[in-house]
Amino acid sequence: MRVLQLEINGDAREVAAHDHWTLLEVLRYSLGLVGSKQGCDKGDCGSCTVLFDGKPVLSCLTLAASAVGHQVTTIEGLAPKPTGTLQPVLDPVQVAFNDCGALQCGFCQPGMMLSARALLNTNAEPSREEIHQALSGNLCRCTGYTQIVQAVETAVARIAQGDGASASNDGAAGHSPPDGGVPA
Amino acid sequence: MLRLPSFQLEEPKSLYAALVLLAEAKGEAMVIAGGTDLLPNLKHGLFAPKLLVSLARIEGFVGIEEEPDGALLVGPMTPLARVAESELVQAKAPALAQAASLVAGPQLRTQGTLGGNVMLDTRCQWYNQTHFWRQSLGYCLKKDGTACHVVQGGKKCVAAASNDTAPALMTLGATLRFERLNEKRELPIKSLWSPDGIWNKRCDKDELLTAIRIPAQDPGHRGAYGKLRTRESIDFPLLGLAARLTLDHEGRVQDAEISGVALAARPSPVRGVADVLRGTLPGTAEFDEAVEAAAQLAYKQLRPLDNVPGSAWYRREMVPVLARRTLQAAAKGEGPVHPL
Ligand SMILES: Cc1cc2nc3c(=O)[nH]c(=O)nc-3n(C[C@H](O)[C@H](O)[C@H](O)COP(=O)(O)OP(=O)(O)OC[C@H]3O[C@@H](n4cnc5c(N)ncnc54)[C@H](O)[C@@H]3O)c2cc1C
Ligand code: SF4
Ligand code: FES
Ligand code: FES
Repeated sequence: MRVLQLEINGDAREVAAHDHWTLLEVLRYSLGLVGSKQGCDKGDCGSCTVLFDGKPVLSCLTLAASAVGHQVTTIEGLAPKPTGTLQPVLDPVQVAFNDCGALQCGFCQPGMMLSARALLNTNAEPSREEIHQALSGNLCRCTGYTQIVQAVETAVARIAQGDGASASNDGAAGHSPPDGGVPA
Repeated sequence: MLRLPSFQLEEPKSLYAALVLLAEAKGEAMVIAGGTDLLPNLKHGLFAPKLLVSLARIEGFVGIEEEPDGALLVGPMTPLARVAESELVQAKAPALAQAASLVAGPQLRTQGTLGGNVMLDTRCQWYNQTHFWRQSLGYCLKKDGTACHVVQGGKKCVAAASNDTAPALMTLGATLRFERLNEKRELPIKSLWSPDGIWNKRCDKDELLTAIRIPAQDPGHRGAYGKLRTRESIDFPLLGLAARLTLDHEGRVQDAEISGVALAARPSPVRGVADVLRGTLPGTAEFDEAVEAAAQLAYKQLRPLDNVPGSAWYRREMVPVLARRTLQAAAKGEGPVHPL
C-alpha cells in the first residue's frame, strides 16, 4: 500500500492504494465515485472513460499510481461546481443527453458524455463524422447511437447560441433536438 | 470484474534508473508503457511479474523530432494519437500516421504508445482469454499447455503479430534503438521479428526500446495503410497491410513494397512487389495491371491462420483486395483504407 495524492474533479484526494489497483477501482471502491462504470474491465467498452488532463482514457487500464500529478475528471465532476444557486447547473452535454433521450439503461452514458466533452474541449464545431470518431471507443448496447449523436449535435448548437447550460435538468426545457429527434 | 495480480510498481524518472531497476530485477520485472496491452494480459493471468517498471515518468521519452538529415526520431512513450495527428509524420511517413490512427479507439490511442505498439505481445483467440476460459480448454503451448489449437499437432506457437504500426514501420525502413545497462544497439525493424509466437522478437526481454528512427524518405515516397476489422473502431486487425511506392522524377514507380500483419507470429513483407510495379506510371492501365499482379503475389505469400477472430479463409480472400486498394491509395496520396 502507498498513499497517493490525487486530483479528482478539482479536489485534492488522498487515498491508500496497492500498486496493482486500477484508477477505476480506486474511484469506485475507495472514493465512492461510482459514476465511472466497470463494464468489461479490459478496454473494450469505454464505460470507465475518465478525462486525464482533459483527454479521454480508460480508467480500467490505468494504474491508480499513474494518475498522480494529473487532473482527473470523472462524470461526477462534469457539471460545473455549484455556485450557491439552488438550481443545479449541468454541463451542456448532460442537458442535451437528457433532452434527446440519449440513453436507455444509461450504463454507457458517463463514458459517452466524457468522450463528448473531450471532443468539445478541442473542437467547438465538430462534424457528424468527427462526433462518430470521438465516440467510437464507447459502446452502447441499447440506443443504436442515433440519439447520442443527436445529443452531441444539440449541445454543440446550444453552446454556439450561448445557452448550453441554461436548461434545467428535468428534460422538459423546451428545446427540441435537431433532425426531429424526440425529447425525453 | 477482472482483478490485476499483485505486483510492485516503480516509476523511475530517468532512463538510467529504469535500466538499473531492470538489471537488478534479473528477469522478474516487466516494462509498462501505456499499459493497454500489458494490463489486460495481466488481468487474464498471462504473466505474473513481481515488478512493473513504468516508463511514464522518464524524461525525454515523449516526442517526435526531425533530425538534420530529415529522419524522424520518435520517443517510445509518444502516444499513438500524437503520432497519428502529427503533421510531420503525416507528411513524411503517411503509412505510420494512418496505421496509428486506426489502432483501437480514441481512449486507447491517448494511452497507448508507439513503443508499446512495436513491442506488443502476439495475440490468439485461444490465448487472450481469462484463466477460467483457458483452463476449461486445457491451455496451449504459449501458456501452461502442450498443444496448439490453431495448428493441430503443431509444435510451435503461431499466435499473430497484431500491431498495426509494425508493417508501416517496415515499409519505412525504421530502425529501433534497444538499451540495457551499459549496452546499446540499433536494429532494423525488419530484423526484429522471429517466427515464434511465444516471443516473436529478436531482442531480450530485459532490453528497453528507447527510440524509433524513421530515415528520411525519397521525395517520391508514397505510403498508405489498409486495415480489415469487424467494426470500424476498437478491434485489433483481422489483417493489416502497409504499402510503399517510391516514384521517380517522371512519376513512374522506382521501388515498391508491401508488408502485412495479423497473419502468423511475424509481420511479413511480400517478395517481388517492386519487380512487378517498377517502371509503371500510376493512373495508367499498365499500373493497374501491375497492382493486380502485386495483389496476387500478396495472395500467394500472406497466409492468415485461425489464430485471431474472423475465419482464415475470409481473411486470406481479403488479402488481394486490401493489397490492391492500399497500393492504389498510396499512389494517389490517399488512405487509410477500410474495406468494409
Ligand atoms: C480493446 C483493445 C483494442 C486494441 N486494438 C488494437 C489495434 O487495433 N491495433 C493494435 O495495434 N493494438 C491494439 N490494442 C493494443 C494496444 O492498445 C496498442 O497496441 C498499444 O499501442 C500498446 O501500447 P502501450 O503503450 O499501451 O503498451 P503496453 O501495454 O504498456 O506494453 C505492451 C508490451 O510492450 C512492452 N513494452 C512497452 N514499451 C516498451 C519499451 N519501450 N521497451 C520494451 N518493451 C516495452 C511491455 O512490456 C508489454 O509487453 C488494443 C488494445 C485493447 C485493450
Ligand atoms: S497459436 Fe496455438 S500455441 Fe499459440 S497462443 Fe494460439 S493456440 Fe496457443
Ligand atoms: S470497463 Fe474499461 S473499457 Fe470497459
Ligand atoms: S444506454 Fe444502455 S448501454 Fe447505452
